Amino acid sequence: MKKAPKDTRVVVGMSGGVDSSVAALLLKEQGYEVIGIFMKNWDDTDESGVCTATEDYNDVIRVCNQIGIPYYAVNFEKQYWEKVFTYFLDEYKAGRTPNPDVMCNKEIKFKAFLEHAMSLGADYLATGHYARVDHSGEEVKMLRGLDENKDQTYFLNQLQQSQLEKVLFPIGDIDKKRVREIAAEAGLATATKKDSTGICFIGERNFKEFLSGYLPAQPGLMTTMDGEVKGHHDGLMYYTIGQRHGLGIGGSGEPWFVVGKDLEKNVLYVEQGFHNDLLYSTSLIADQVSWISNQPKPQSFECTAKFRYRQQDNKVTVHLLEGGKVKVDFHEPVRAITPGQAAVFYNGEECLGGATIDQVFKDGTRLTYVG
Amino acid sequence: MERIYLDHAATTPMHPEVIETVMKQMSDTFGNPSSIHSFGRASRQIVDAARTSAAASIGADFNEIIFTSGGTEADNLAIVGTARAMKHRGRHVITSAVEHHAVLHTCEYLEKEGYDVTYLPVDEEGRIRLSDLASALREDTILVSIMYGNNEIGTIQPIAEIGELLKEHQAVFHTDAVQAYGMVSIDVKTEHIDLLSVSSHKINGPKGMGFLYAKEGLTLTPALLGGEQERKRRAGTENVPAIAGFGKAIELSMVSMEEKRERYLAFKEQLTRLLKEKQVEFSVNGSFERSLPHVINLSFPGTDVESLLVNLDLAGIAASSGSACTAGSIEPSHVLVAMFGKDSERLRNSIRFSFGITNTKEQIDEAGEALANIIARLTNK
Repeated sequence: MKKAPKDTRVVVGMSGGVDSSVAALLLKEQGYEVIGIFMKNWDDTDESGVCTATEDYNDVIRVCNQIGIPYYAVNFEKQYWEKVFTYFLDEYKAGRTPNPDVMCNKEIKFKAFLEHAMSLGADYLATGHYARVDHSGEEVKMLRGLDENKDQTYFLNQLQQSQLEKVLFPIGDIDKKRVREIAAEAGLATATKKDSTGICFIGERNFKEFLSGYLPAQPGLMTTMDGEVKGHHDGLMYYTIGQRHGLGIGGSGEPWFVVGKDLEKNVLYVEQGFHNDLLYSTSLIADQVSWISNQPKPQSFECTAKFRYRQQDNKVTVHLLEGGKVKVDFHEPVRAITPGQAAVFYNGEECLGGATIDQVFKDGTRLTYVG
Repeated sequence: MERIYLDHAATTPMHPEVIETVMKQMSDTFGNPSSIHSFGRASRQIVDAARTSAAASIGADFNEIIFTSGGTEADNLAIVGTARAMKHRGRHVITSAVEHHAVLHTCEYLEKEGYDVTYLPVDEEGRIRLSDLASALREDTILVSIMYGNNEIGTIQPIAEIGELLKEHQAVFHTDAVQAYGMVSIDVKTEHIDLLSVSSHKINGPKGMGFLYAKEGLTLTPALLGGEQERKRRAGTENVPAIAGFGKAIELSMVSMEEKRERYLAFKEQLTRLLKEKQVEFSVNGSFERSLPHVINLSFPGTDVESLLVNLDLAGIAASSGSACTAGSIEPSHVLVAMFGKDSERLRNSIRFSFGITNTKEQIDEAGEALANIIARLTNK
């Protein structure tokens, strides 16, 4: 039996941004018993000595008082450090490009935080993600957010039935413009607040500077695949496949791009041209596979996939392998596949799940310079 | 849902008679106490009456009371004011690791100003050892600041013994009595206290009001400069309505002290008995002996402070961790760290209940019942 909204307690994860503010407002208007909770995952102070989390929490307080809901905070710094930040550093050490947002959703927001919400007697956890959950069928489905440009299912690909059953995404069926309008109409304090950009714990700071505070950088040579020296790199971890900016290679002709790395030799490979052939691959192997549905999957099936956030859908054939791995064959070659990033699978509007990109192939040959 | 307030160490509701006094003062007497006309004299009379009550409550003299904007200002004035006034006699200050932040952060400020500060450790009950104090004392020690009773765990420090120890030393003895005042009888003369901070809103008085007792003859460098109010130690027109209310709150709290002490001690025993009956696993942080009667700090293994407090609030029961918050999330208590070390489980599973004049036996029963249910749920029993 589904409970009436007024008997349904929903904890909203509030970041102090406009999306979660509107998520809480909409639930309150729908008659739910809403509780706003701010997660503190990172201890940080900006140049002027202001703790960014304190500023955000003050916005949560203002918005919750405007909506008329109680607000609290919870501290997951320890869990975030152990589960997300450690992974983040380990991946960089391994020469890969991690996706901490995927890990944060998997381990913190929809695990530790979900458990916290349940310990408060909540029926659901809601967040301001642009995604939809369909609770109507036997199994819960996750659908893309209606605002194609904002769809965040890519970051939510590791969620499972047991988590999604308890999740609501109140703004998944409206677009960002409408979210801002709703916030403005209600006079919410966060209506015109700037969206946060980049990785949450780095914020607006210089990425290189941040990372160098945690990992020793080893400068080395920057060469073409044939070994022609083109310059020096500041440390392999600062570069990702397909990257153009920050290489500092002058001269004429087409711009230069990162096509690969050799961790052992500490060499960064660069080649010319956005569409350089070396940037293209035809299949990959991914691990850490997680499917949203519990129903058994066929050994091979066709679907579409995204290999980075906001990428267009690529037609692929997925083959299940042993040990939680999949082989993904692309119907057309795809540019700049990057190990460490997520491969996320879709059937139309439905997000099927995802995996972490491990190895990259072209026509059956492993591209060892990529991963 | 009837809400139950068990966070009186954070702040207390104003006593109805205090509200009446403040209202009356606001409507009848608006004069500036420094003015030479009848309006001013009427206000001065009110301020003087409150000053007399404040002095009498701790065995001090009329001239030894400085009204401030609260406990924090009193602590700041005592510590910074003494450090500056005595800097030619030395630059060493002694305090304890379990002080309120109004004292700790002020001492940290002094360190940045070039003073040397010793933070005395405490035992598992949160009490300093006199031998530690004796060996920390130096020739150039100018100030010792040790709180009377702890706001998080209630532990009372050996104030009279410290006063005795410092009697022959140049060091000025300050005690932050914000949490203890009104719960224990204090006599600054027999306990050899030189400076003592009190806050009004902890004793059912108005917020934004407090006093610093400063022994006659002591030099303090003032923080606020301007007029000659408070004998030049705290410039600014007096907050007369709040002073009037504070005076009333002092009178009320002095006559009811004995009765409150017994009542709150009974609440402590009632609450712990109830938890035992419900087979809730817990331990007391601090002890019941030599402790403030209205503060009890309990550790509940297998729970976490944030879930406990939010669940209690959702059930209408207001309690606290007693420690500071950053961005709303609870920081590990420096008091519990000093008592049990930084790795102790107690840092994550302890909460404070503190009693006040409106609490009843029925409320304690109800709160204990709700607490037991929440803990059973959180520990899956």
